[in-house]
Amino acid sequence: MSSDDKPRGRLIKAPENFLDPAGIRQVFAEAKSGRRDFMRKAFVAAGAAAGAAVAPVALATSNPVQAGEGDPNILTLPEHSKGLGQAVATEGYGKPSRYEANVQRRQSPGLTQTAQASVSFAPLQSLFGIVTPSGLHFERHHQGWWDIDPSKHRLMLNGSDASMLKKAMVFTMDELMRLPSVSRFHFIECGANTGMEWGNVAVPTVQYSHGMLSCSEFTGVPLRILLDLAGVDYKKARYVLAEGADGSSMTRTIPMEMVESGEVLVAYGQNGEMLRPEQGYPLRLVVPGVQGVSWVKYLRRIEVGDQPYASKDEAVHYIDLVPGGQHRQYSSIQECKSVVTTPSGGQVLLDQGFYNISGLAWSGRGRIKRVDVSVDGGRNWRSARLEGAVLPKCLTRFNIDWVWDGKPALIQSRAMDETGYVQPSYKQLREVRGTRSIYHNNAVQTWLVQEDGEVKNVQLS
Amino acid sequence: MSSSPKFAMFGLFGTLLLATAALAQPARDFPGVGRAATPKEIAAWDIDVRPDFKGLPKGSGSVARGQEVWEGKCAQCHGIFGESGEVFAPLVGGTTPEDIKTGHVARLNDPSFPGRTTLMKVATVSTLWDYINRAMPWTAPKSLSTEEVYSVTAFLLNLGGIVPEDFVLSDQNIGAVQQRMPNRKGMTLDHALWPGKGLTKAKAPDTRAQACMKDCPAEAKISSFLPDHARNAHGNLAEQNRAVGPQHGADTSKPSGAPPQRRAEPAPAPKAAGAPTALLNKNSCSACHALASKLVGPSFQEIAKKHGERSDAIAYLSGKIRSGGVGVWGQIPMPAQTLSDADAATIAQWLKSGAPR
Repeated sequence: MSSDDKPRGRLIKAPENFLDPAGIRQVFAEAKSGRRDFMRKAFVAAGAAAGAAVAPVALATSNPVQAGEGDPNILTLPEHSKGLGQAVATEGYGKPSRYEANVQRRQSPGLTQTAQASVSFAPLQSLFGIVTPSGLHFERHHQGWWDIDPSKHRLMLNGSDASMLKKAMVFTMDELMRLPSVSRFHFIECGANTGMEWGNVAVPTVQYSHGMLSCSEFTGVPLRILLDLAGVDYKKARYVLAEGADGSSMTRTIPMEMVESGEVLVAYGQNGEMLRPEQGYPLRLVVPGVQGVSWVKYLRRIEVGDQPYASKDEAVHYIDLVPGGQHRQYSSIQECKSVVTTPSGGQVLLDQGFYNISGLAWSGRGRIKRVDVSVDGGRNWRSARLEGAVLPKCLTRFNIDWVWDGKPALIQSRAMDETGYVQPSYKQLREVRGTRSIYHNNAVQTWLVQEDGEVKNVQLS
Repeated sequence: MSSSPKFAMFGLFGTLLLATAALAQPARDFPGVGRAATPKEIAAWDIDVRPDFKGLPKGSGSVARGQEVWEGKCAQCHGIFGESGEVFAPLVGGTTPEDIKTGHVARLNDPSFPGRTTLMKVATVSTLWDYINRAMPWTAPKSLSTEEVYSVTAFLLNLGGIVPEDFVLSDQNIGAVQQRMPNRKGMTLDHALWPGKGLTKAKAPDTRAQACMKDCPAEAKISSFLPDHARNAHGNLAEQNRAVGPQHGADTSKPSGAPPQRRAEPAPAPKAAGAPTALLNKNSCSACHALASKLVGPSFQEIAKKHGERSDAIAYLSGKIRSGGVGVWGQIPMPAQTLSDADAATIAQWLKSGAPR
């Protein structure tokens, strides 16, 4: 195969273009007379002529015909325009269209040996805006998930000793939900997100490289309200231990400054409904800007104390190996980061011409101030449009126009937050932290668009 | 006058005062919400143990007793010597007597040393005690007695050469053991990623990227990419992307450059489940057994193949599920399972029928 035969952009025609106008008229005539078999055979023949093994029925429904009298999708009224549809409440809790069945949480094969201590990634390549549908929110479990009876769930507040608070307390869900609530949009990102790529490229798509990232509107009670009620001594108690009710009884240390600011929530709501069981139903902690492991699920207990706790997931995992052989401990903030989600790895651009490059940016230190996009591997950058509300410690959607000329392109995005911090390149990150860390990889991502339209995950040097 | 810097300063101070006042205002009262926790309730849930051993219950346990507990309840996942990486990362290995002296594991500096074990990383012995107590064994957390937790911790420390074989670990001597932890000086707080004050040292982020816009010094050479043989390693990416839009998923069952697969028809619904998945998950069978591949134990389909033909298959398999055993599939024991006759029979029936998906 000479290089001229290689597909560039849309050099491989869809089979319907191989039907001449007369052929199309005949298909319509046959279709009208009810001969669907004929229609199928005609497309099969066209597909064979094009030498492409593609599903002909699918083509008939997904591609417009530009020749002849017009597109059969327009000229032939479909069933849904001529028949009776489904009744209300056919699905008491609605489902996505069956045509969206490819949009799923997925595991990366071989990442873990057990599905109960594992992670499933959110399909960022198929999402719009900033909200992650609750059913597609990434999952990370340490000892399997549970669907807990909310009438039996309790939250306890106590101190590492009695001098830390006036009164140890217990709350039911009914009581917690009587308190004044707030609703806020925040991103949640696992500290290990993009961790597989510290050393080199390891996964093909943005789902696996960045999909331990989601964003929801969370509803709950500021933890400060509860601690005030229990009479916490804020001078002594500068650390909070959050503990879950699942098998792992997950524990994490949170600084009291974050609780005092009112931003830490004891949350029961997510995107207008109760939390999903995979997200900690009926109660979880929301710790904006901080890695997901601190957002303790199935929250059963809050202890206040005067020292950090060095729990397993802050003494054995979620520590960063840096050059010199030391581990950074209690590294919790998710620093400013961004990624282009469309187009992204594992996809194929269908044609040359106009595209809207779109992606997500976020910072654990506050609002996104600017996102720049490069299509030439970082030589030249243009500032993207920030869409909609730009909220603190929340995902921000960015968009920028691009006309693809069919030549190879290296697409990158680089975010800046309101503190002036600029997302680093891999080179800049590795200069400080080496290549043996797992957590807090916020380097600039590069997607290579090949001449044939296929997009690949690459790293530059 | 109102725009003078002096006045603006006043305005700023005013705002600060207001903010402080808001924080200092007395706590709101919420009558009828919440109640005092009883001492017994607190004792039932307050199980955390801090690095200064606050929270550690009195008690003790020997290395020898720990070995017994280990072989019965821990070795299935962690290996006889805590060295197995088949289910979780290895716990033991990679530390030396020299590390116990220095308090820093030297091999963390050696990029050629494979992996990092728990004992290479953990700086605080309280962390081991706390986690074993709250979360182990993996399929039956919080089932160990205090003596068993002390014993198992002692056994692990012995495997790492931190305590001798005849050691009895207790609340009295655990502080001395802390002084022998191989990586006790291996943690640094010199970073700016803690979201509070006081704990960590650095105030500024460690990377200082600049936002150059034009003719920037770029790295245009592609140095890392997925090799062709890994093209389909994550499954067919065409099936992992929306079937409509500006770009579709690459058909990774074909070489790069092949025409994209177009599929507007939804994928066929998965077949009705044959496996009693809920039952297998509920009883943690699936923690050690997978459908078609070896995990800790043999796959369900291997078991079905080996025993499904027996005339007494259901009785035999039900019995094995309930009583556990060792030796049929190797030296890793399967603990006895507590589940009803009916549930065991359901699983056995499914195994007899070949363990279909």
